[in-house]
Amino acid sequence: MANFDQELDASGLNCPLPILRAKKSLAGMEGGQVLHIIATDPGSVKDFEAFSKQTGNELMESREDGGKFHFLIKKA
Amino acid sequence: MSDAKKLAIIATKGTLDWAYPPFILASTAAALGYETQIFFTFYGLQLLRKKLALKVSPLGNPGMPMPMGMDKWFPVLGTAIPGMQAVMTAMMKSKMKSKGVASVEELRSLCQEADVKMIACQMTVDLFDMSPSSFVDGIEFGGAATFFEFAGESDICLYI
Repeated sequence: MANFDQELDASGLNCPLPILRAKKSLAGMEGGQVLHIIATDPGSVKDFEAFSKQTGNELMESREDGGKFHFLIKKA
Repeated sequence: MSDAKKLAIIATKGTLDWAYPPFILASTAAALGYETQIFFTFYGLQLLRKKLALKVSPLGNPGMPMPMGMDKWFPVLGTAIPGMQAVMTAMMKSKMKSKGVASVEELRSLCQEADVKMIACQMTVDLFDMSPSSFVDGIEFGGAATFFEFAGESDICLYI
């Protein structure tokens, strides 16, 4: 996994909390910085794709590992 | 922010289950950059109370799963047993907590943090003799014309 600047553990949280927490974390970051999000909600896979498309923050990576979902989002 | 997309919601229901759609959609829309407004009218005003006492009722709701197959064995009577509403409300709350679903209070404060504008229908507030001081801070009061001022410019308009 590529380097990241900040990490957000949204494990155990359900829709729409992972997205809302991610948005909050990104708000406190600089453009170009990367946020690593860990989630357990299977719906978050599609949701982070949609979030990235609509907000312009690039989804650099999305993968599953042992029941957890990992996302890397670069702040626009 | 005038080029931001706009979401207008009318919230008309005051039960625990129906409290979720307006707050989930509004908070998510705000996170996606939408300018968002919710107009609370009739029973929807219950969602603005400082102290929420929202309940979910199995009565008249054949789609609601019930414990021990009660919905199959007592389709009407089972749901009318005194205390059933309190039991179902407690069960729904604990189920939501165990699945990591946010509480209505949490979603509502996330909406407030994200500058979702909340408007209470003045006419229904008067109709039900509700006290404006029982509502959360930061809301506005207005009527149908106030709603249309924003809704007329909106990209998405939902009646919930």
